[in-house]
Amino acid sequence: MSETKIMLGNAAIARGAWEAGVKVSAAYPGTPSTEISENIVKYPEVYAEWSPNEKVAAEVAIGASITGSRAMVSMKHVGLNVASDPLYSVSYIGANGGLLFCVADDPGLYSSQNEQDTRLIGRSAHVPVLEPSDSQEAHDFTKLAFDLSEQYDTPVILRTTTRLGHSQGKVVVEDRTEVEDKPYERNMGKNVMMPGSAKGRHVYVEEREKRMAEDANTMPINRVEMGDTEIGFIASGIAYQYVKEVFPNASVLKLGLVYPLPEKLIRDFASKVKRLIIFEELEPFVETYVRSWGIPCEGKELFTLQGEYSANLLRERLLQQPPAAKGAQVPGRPPILCPGCPHRSTFYVLKKLKIHASGDIGCYTLGAVDPLNVVDTTVCMGASISMLHGMEKAKGKDFIRNWVAVIGDSTFMHTGINSLENLAYNRSTATVMILDNSTTGMTGHQDHAATGKTLDGTEVPAISIYKLCKAMNIEHVVEVDAFDIDTLEKVVKEETAREELSVIIVCAPCALLKGQKFPYKVHALPEKCKKCGMCLKPGCPAVKKKADGTIEIDDTLCNGCGLCANLCHFGALEKYEI
Amino acid sequence: METKNIMIVGVGGQGTLLTSRILGGLMADAGYDVKISEVHGMAQRGGSVVTYVRYGEHVAEPIVEEGQADVLIAFERLEAKRYAHFLKKDGVLIVNDERIDPMPVVTGAAVYPEGILEELKGQVTVYAIDAMAEAKALGNQRVFNLIVLGMAARHMDFDKEQWIRVIERTVPPKTIEINTRAFEVGYQRG
Repeated sequence: MSETKIMLGNAAIARGAWEAGVKVSAAYPGTPSTEISENIVKYPEVYAEWSPNEKVAAEVAIGASITGSRAMVSMKHVGLNVASDPLYSVSYIGANGGLLFCVADDPGLYSSQNEQDTRLIGRSAHVPVLEPSDSQEAHDFTKLAFDLSEQYDTPVILRTTTRLGHSQGKVVVEDRTEVEDKPYERNMGKNVMMPGSAKGRHVYVEEREKRMAEDANTMPINRVEMGDTEIGFIASGIAYQYVKEVFPNASVLKLGLVYPLPEKLIRDFASKVKRLIIFEELEPFVETYVRSWGIPCEGKELFTLQGEYSANLLRERLLQQPPAAKGAQVPGRPPILCPGCPHRSTFYVLKKLKIHASGDIGCYTLGAVDPLNVVDTTVCMGASISMLHGMEKAKGKDFIRNWVAVIGDSTFMHTGINSLENLAYNRSTATVMILDNSTTGMTGHQDHAATGKTLDGTEVPAISIYKLCKAMNIEHVVEVDAFDIDTLEKVVKEETAREELSVIIVCAPCALLKGQKFPYKVHALPEKCKKCGMCLKPGCPAVKKKADGTIEIDDTLCNGCGLCANLCHFGALEKYEI
Repeated sequence: METKNIMIVGVGGQGTLLTSRILGGLMADAGYDVKISEVHGMAQRGGSVVTYVRYGEHVAEPIVEEGQADVLIAFERLEAKRYAHFLKKDGVLIVNDERIDPMPVVTGAAVYPEGILEELKGQVTVYAIDAMAEAKALGNQRVFNLIVLGMAARHMDFDKEQWIRVIERTVPPKTIEINTRAFEVGYQRG
């Protein structure tokens, strides 16, 4: 039975996986991939979990695949860097039950620290890469990926982008097909990657890739849409939709399998068009291959390596049509910490004490910008702690006396644990602040091992971050309430001065977390206001200066944390119960 | 028919995602091909957010580009100004008459522009409503977005019954009554 639904690309992937009989799904949340897991957990036939990080999640899926069940792991592009260790070796092992890596790239940097292109990782790991161009294909290609995985004995990457995963479109859905597990048999030469067996499997990997490249010439997902032969486009993914929008009558070679590439099909298509243009976001991946085959083409000299593409980019570069209208000059609206966010309170204290923060990945990266300006560095998950260690080893312990590392609870559980282990082991004198807001905030509130709940909402014993630190033999581990700014200030002063490793766990739940609303709001008493501006320092969007210099509180924005009222020396801001 | 383009703009956290789910359901019910493109993640933290909705016989591109929008629904004045150039010349702007200061204004690095609505009225057809005040009068300020949507509904090609049907199955069951009332308030003002 089939029916048509409007689905988010990520929901369509989850649906496709369910229909394909997937049994195990593991992931760590990361925009723009998070909704894959949030949707797949709704299907009772699938075991789905949040794992501590992408490497662990990938290994969970690999284990399931080796036993003969269909399994998947999903992540954002930078998550694949964390999971690339298992990826490169499971490429040699292949798949018993179909094995899918869903990897979401983020051209345009909507919520990421770089714009890397997953196709390049697929190539270097010798893993085929599929790329859908709308929700329907996200659904269909996911199903196909499991079949290809088993047919070619390989893991398969489904590469999406933010625009694909976060766009909704029509999807014809079907019922689930229960797929019988493949039998598990011990096979050392295939499943134990040590030099003797890996040598043999490397031969297989090369043969597999050549076979797949040959078969790619006739796969229906690589399709030629012959039209006007003045220009022929090669495109895949969302870029294909932009081509169809602007050049509905042009000839297009639409690639569904973007690695390995179908050389014969491309040669044949190129020979039939006067001008060959490769329209691909991010890296000149297809272009590099096409040029290496001696086929004249145009690509990055017309477009760009950076950001998202659009129909307008095509109109501008190929039709010389600039955008129809220009926008007005208006103040920007960058993302900010929410009203009532406990990180604001922490950063206020750090700023007051003129402390530098080695930062990490999460909402608290926003501590880098106006008006807080506390975070000096951000690289990747878990790096705050280990980078501070490197600073100390390079510059000496005095250099980091006015530094801390700041890392969220979820990021700490992801890879921060390893970094802290290193500090405990290698005689650090640093101060690490774990900003524990009881959730994975930035990606929209996912649980993790220290929150005491799993992906499906089951309550489990929470891992204690405090005890974890103590188990590393760290003597000074202090827990402080994020909104108790006097105590927080005292503790930060003490611990940064101390020439020993210490951990400050700053606790207060995310202001947006369900059931965590403060039972207060704040209102202003203008007659008491001295216009000193103290309450404006933390940069809460609910605290506003009126034309006469006195303060008003935006009642609809205020979350009642009371930070502004605590900072006012004149009683001009008052917390009241609601 | 020619593809129709709708945009919803606002400040992260104002409920643009709920609004786009309602629009998507509405257009699918009517048998159109529809594509909706949203922003999740970091920008949802108080940043400028935009949702594109396109419907017609066949829709390729999921985003609306400059000068193409038939209807622009703005949940905040400054965001209306930021995206007004996406409207067609005969496009309609539905705007919630509310000011939310962006951080550069809070810190004094920039000034919130005055007279936004007056200026926009000289360029496109503008329907403005103080939806937050109306929502407070209804007893739940969170439904302000349904009031704005109700106003926009008057300028789109769907029956009120179609709207109500999709709202009823999209919002949380406990909030159906308040949300449909909010929609009605906007619809009457549209």
